[in-house]
This record gives sequence, C-alpha cells and structure tokens, in this order.
Amino acid sequence: MKKDLLGLKDISASEIELILDTAAEMKKLFSKKGKKSNLLEGQTVSTLFFENSTRTRLSFETASNFLGAHFMAISASTSSVSKGETFIDTGKNLDAILIDAIVIRHPMGGAPHLLAKNVKASVINGGDGTSEHPTQALLDFLTMREKFSKIKGLKVVLCGDIKFSRVARSNIWGLLKLGAEVTVCAPYTLLPKGMEDFGVKVELNPAKAIANADVIMGLRIQSERQNMGVFPSVGEYAKFFSITEEVIKKAKAEKAIIMHPGPANRGVEMSGEVLDSKNSVVLEQVTNGVAVRMAVLKLLLEARARGVKS
Amino acid sequence: MSKELYIINGEVVFPDKIKRLDIRIKDDINVDFEESFQIPKNAKVIDAKGLHVFHGFVDMHTHLREPGQTSKETIATGCKSAVAGGFTTICCMPNTKPVLDNVPLIEFVKQRAKETNLAGVFPIGCITKGQEGKELAPIGSMLKAGAIAFSDDGKPIENGGLMKNALEYAKSFDALLISHPEDKSIAKDGVVNEGYNASVAGLKGISRVAEESMIARDILLAETVGTKIHIAHVSTKGGVEIIRNAKARGVAVTCETCPHYFSATDVEILDYNTNAKMNPPLREESDRLAIIEGLKDGTIDCIATDHAPHTEDDKAVEFDLAPFGITGLETAFSLCITYLVKPGYIDLIALNKLLSLNSIKILNFIKLADFTICDINAKVTVDTSKHFSKSKNTFFNGRKLTGQVKYTIVDGEIKYSMRD
Repeated sequence: MKKDLLGLKDISASEIELILDTAAEMKKLFSKKGKKSNLLEGQTVSTLFFENSTRTRLSFETASNFLGAHFMAISASTSSVSKGETFIDTGKNLDAILIDAIVIRHPMGGAPHLLAKNVKASVINGGDGTSEHPTQALLDFLTMREKFSKIKGLKVVLCGDIKFSRVARSNIWGLLKLGAEVTVCAPYTLLPKGMEDFGVKVELNPAKAIANADVIMGLRIQSERQNMGVFPSVGEYAKFFSITEEVIKKAKAEKAIIMHPGPANRGVEMSGEVLDSKNSVVLEQVTNGVAVRMAVLKLLLEARARGVKS
Repeated sequence: MSKELYIINGEVVFPDKIKRLDIRIKDDINVDFEESFQIPKNAKVIDAKGLHVFHGFVDMHTHLREPGQTSKETIATGCKSAVAGGFTTICCMPNTKPVLDNVPLIEFVKQRAKETNLAGVFPIGCITKGQEGKELAPIGSMLKAGAIAFSDDGKPIENGGLMKNALEYAKSFDALLISHPEDKSIAKDGVVNEGYNASVAGLKGISRVAEESMIARDILLAETVGTKIHIAHVSTKGGVEIIRNAKARGVAVTCETCPHYFSATDVEILDYNTNAKMNPPLREESDRLAIIEGLKDGTIDCIATDHAPHTEDDKAVEFDLAPFGITGLETAFSLCITYLVKPGYIDLIALNKLLSLNSIKILNFIKLADFTICDINAKVTVDTSKHFSKSKNTFFNGRKLTGQVKYTIVDGEIKYSMRD
C-alpha cells in the first residue's frame, strides 16, 4: 500500500483484496460489543470537505473512533478557504498542525491528487467531482463478497446516472480488476463518452441489462439534471429506466441483490419497493462503510509510518 | 545598425530549395546571397557551418499579457522568449487587461515593443469593444495605428449577425479577422477534450463539435461576405476537413494549428497536470494525425504557438480552476523538428513556410533581414527554468527533443545567440 488512497484506477487487485480482508477483520472487531481498538492511538484524522456530506463524514468519524484516533472535521465554509486561501496552502497548514490522515471531498476531479502531492499526511479520497469515490466502491465490494464469497465472475449492473457519478467510476475500475462483469444502463446523456472502452457493457433497456444479474446497483438521478437538458423529467426517466419490481420480474432477476450508495431518489432510479425488498443490502453497505474506512485508515497510516510515499 | 553582418557556411532554406550560401546583411532591407563574400575585417560574422538558416519565424498568436497581467509576462519578457525561440515577429492577442480595443492601447504595445527592441511585435486589435461581442471596436482606426489583424481571441463572437457585420466592415479596409472558433453553448464549462480520457479522469469534456461548428459558421460567413478569414488554433480532425473543403471551393480561409496539437494527446491530462490544460484542449491520436495531414497537404497554413503564459500560482490549483494555456515560444521549433520533420511528415522547406513565409503572406508584411539559424540535429531537454518567458507552464518540461535555435536575427541585428 501507498500512503494515499486516491482512486481504484491506480491500485492493484491484490491491494483491493488486502483492504477487503482487513475490513473483514475490522468488522469482527467492532461487532464485538463495546470493543474498541487502540491501533491508531495518538494519530489524528481530519476530514476536509468542500461538499456537503453527512454519511461519509460520520462513517470516517466512527471508523477513526473505533481505532482510537483523534478525529476532527473541517468544512470549507468554516475554513480559511472561504477567505481566499488556496487549496494547497490549506493542505500544507493541516500538515503543519500534524494531522496524519486527511479525508478530502471536493467538487472537482483530481483535487485529492493535488493535495497528496503537496502534503506529508495520508490522503484519502472521499469523493472528487465525477472522478472517484474509492471507499464507497470498496464497501460495495465488501458487501458483495459477503453475499457471494467472491467477486470474480459476478454480473454487476449499474443503473442511473453513470456520467456524473464518481461511485460508478470507482466501482467500474475495481470490479473489472476483481474479475466481475459490469453492465451499465442509462440514457446516452447520462453515460460518459467512451464507456465501452472501459470494458463495460452498455445496455439501454433495463430489463435486458439486469437479466442474470447478481447485483443491481442504483445510482442517484439528480433532478437538477433536468435543467441541464439531460432528460425531460424525472417522470420520463423513471418510465423508461427505473428499476422496479416489474422490470426485475420481467428480467427474471429476482435473485439479484439490490445496492445503492445513497442518497436514493425513491421512484426514480429504483422504486421504493425494490429498495426495501428482502434482497436489498443498502443498510449493510452503510455498516460495511465503517469497516472499510477502518481498514483503509489502518493500512495507509501503517504504510506512512513505514515511510512509503504517495 | 552599425555594420554589416555575414552569415557564412549555412544551409539556407529558400521557398523552393535548400542551398549552402553565405548571406550579407547590410541593413534591414539590403540582403544578398552569394557562394562567398569578401568579408571586411571588422564585419560581424556568424559561422553557420552545420546549421540551417530559416527565414525569421513568425508567430501569429502570442499572448504577451501586458497591459494588466505582468506577473505572467511582459512585452519585454515575451519578446525575449520570442527571439530565444527563433521568432522574429510575433502578433499579440488583445485579451490583455484592459483589452486592446482602442488606438492608444495599440500604440502603447507598439511603443513598449519598440523600447524592448527585440522581436517585431504586431498587435492584434479586438473585433468588438471590450471583447463583449456586442458593438464593433474601431477596426479602421486601430488598423491605421498599426494593428495587424483583429480577433476576440479567447472569446468567440456568439452573435452570428455581428460576426457577419464585422467581416463586412473589415472587408472595407481589407482587414483580416481571426476567429477563435468555439461555441460556448456546446463547450460549456468543459476543461478537457470530451472522450475516453475525460471520462477516465472524471473531468468535464469539451466536444470537438464546439470548435467545428464555429469553424463552419465563420467560414460560411466569410464566404457569404466574400472576404478572408483566419481560423485560430485548429485542433480537430473535423475542423481540418471543414477547412480543406472550404479551400477546395475557393473560400479565402487560412488557418493555424499549434505545436501541442501535433505533438501530444489528451493522455497528458490523466494525472491532472494543469500545464496540459489549454483551450482548445489536447485531443486524441486521430486528431493529432489529421492535424499533421493538414500541415502536409497545405490545409493548415501555419504553426502558431498560442503562447499563453500563466504563473505557477495560477496553475497550482484544482484542475477545473486552473486557467487555460501553455507557453510555446521556446519549445515550438524543437517540437516541429521532433514531431514533424524527424518522422518524415514534412521537410525543412515546408517547415520554413509553416513557421514563417505563410504567416507573412497571410498578414501581408515584408521583413527581409530576419533570419533564424538552427541546429536541426541538436538533442535538447526542455528545461523551463532556463526559459526567458516569465512563465513556465508547459507540460513539455523535461521532454527530450531534437532541434535548437542558435541565433535569431531581426532587421539584420543579432537579437539572440544561444549560450553553449
């Protein structure tokens, strides 16, 4: 492992497996009642968020607490960034006050890479623009692995906003490395250019897309896209692309597990029924998020302590 | 000038041949070529043995940043950079602060360039006041004051009716308009070429059609008006094809491309290197090859640098926030040799036209005693710390290239000689 986790594009399958194995151990650790560890005692983890997030921030906070690390949260609106300080200067200041790991969320792709080049702290990408959100994909993989024991050979279908989704990117990079088969389903306005060149299958018909699927993952459709002329209305989107019980029945995909990184837009990318169905693992994903983030913090900070660079 | 300058033993590149000849430059208009001259004792002599003598390079597209953004570049540092890159004449774009949309500012640039006394500087005036795309700038008066052409470079003129008027008005003065071809409603807030690599990096794409549709519009407007037009920084395969078709049916269109469009592709942006962010963006290999094809068959008339200096601080920000632009004056020649001449796409006679003679024809001026003397075999490693430009924003830094400018002669005077 390197000192930073910037994305799944640039890490190997064995590194991903190591994180997942470690996360499984971490899960055992915090599943025992009241069991806290002191693995990262004396270390400081900070989130540096330039976008709103409750789930990811809380997940990292919980993960840090379980490992005995000191945790703090910085949001861009309360920091000197709003006073005109450059991004790099903000990062260097965090370094100077001896923060060991910075979890960054930023609306622009590549921001974590820029930070990692300029600080000594470990940098964890907590979501950058439409680029990557590696810990989300890792928690998805941990959940898949728990359900199917391995990821190799799984058929995973991503439905919804692929183009603007960093979760989709990280899932695609990681799943392909782990040997899964990935299909994406969305209108062309929500698919990035060159999608097939990633090595995924594009299928516009949702019933066809999810046939034989092991995993169906919904990705949030933002109603704001309507104003960008990306689709006429969420209603029309749902009519042609939503994953409903009916579509699942038609595709004979009743065995597939249902995943969603949240926040879900019920009735748009997926119906509420589907999200609440017995096959839904949406809340297990959230729990696994804590385990994965513990694993990532542990592995990166150990690598950093060994002097491994980015 | 004080005394005669002789350039001896050089391979002189003419429009139709390359010949080993000696050159005697008496002054800025008296230049002679002979097998050899009787050289007076105290004359200045450049021994160009093993070197090639080109006509002085002309850059139709330079950003000098003065007035207003002198932390990035000044007319003086830009001119130093120009002669170090072999450019004897540069045309500076008007998107300074304030923009060059009036006679006093055109005169200011000319005055500063005269004081600097290195490369010749021709200012380009704005087409519209404030580059706002609303009212025409005083094109006739600026032309009279020394503006060589007109452009709202950096900003396209979105209103097609206004662009048509601009072309008609400019035609009255035989003035040249330079189109910055970009449909902003398509390009939107894109930062890199729309395609696989943009998708991989998760960066917003600028579709080729943003450029191509505007090239097509401006060509059709010029054709309708019956006047000439020059298309700036062509970067796409489709753009080359549109211009090729227009030329074939006799439209008076000329165009330029920039060294980075035939030397690189958008893989450069994958590590979020803001020095690889420019507009138009680096495209894909098929575009790169089409640009080279356009240079080979004459569809593309000239190579301009679009030298766009930005400070390190300007560029040391998030990719989306970084300004567009790459420096180019001091890397252009080496990139041409490395990516056009060495692979055998074009010869030195063609390169002389692309870097000099064709631009002179398009801009319609005469400079007899401008020469650039180069070693076409020298191995160089780009080192921006040694560049004369105030800014260092090029992703070619560290790249191993071939070809080096040794001397730059403007109006018969040596303005640059490389220190070994």
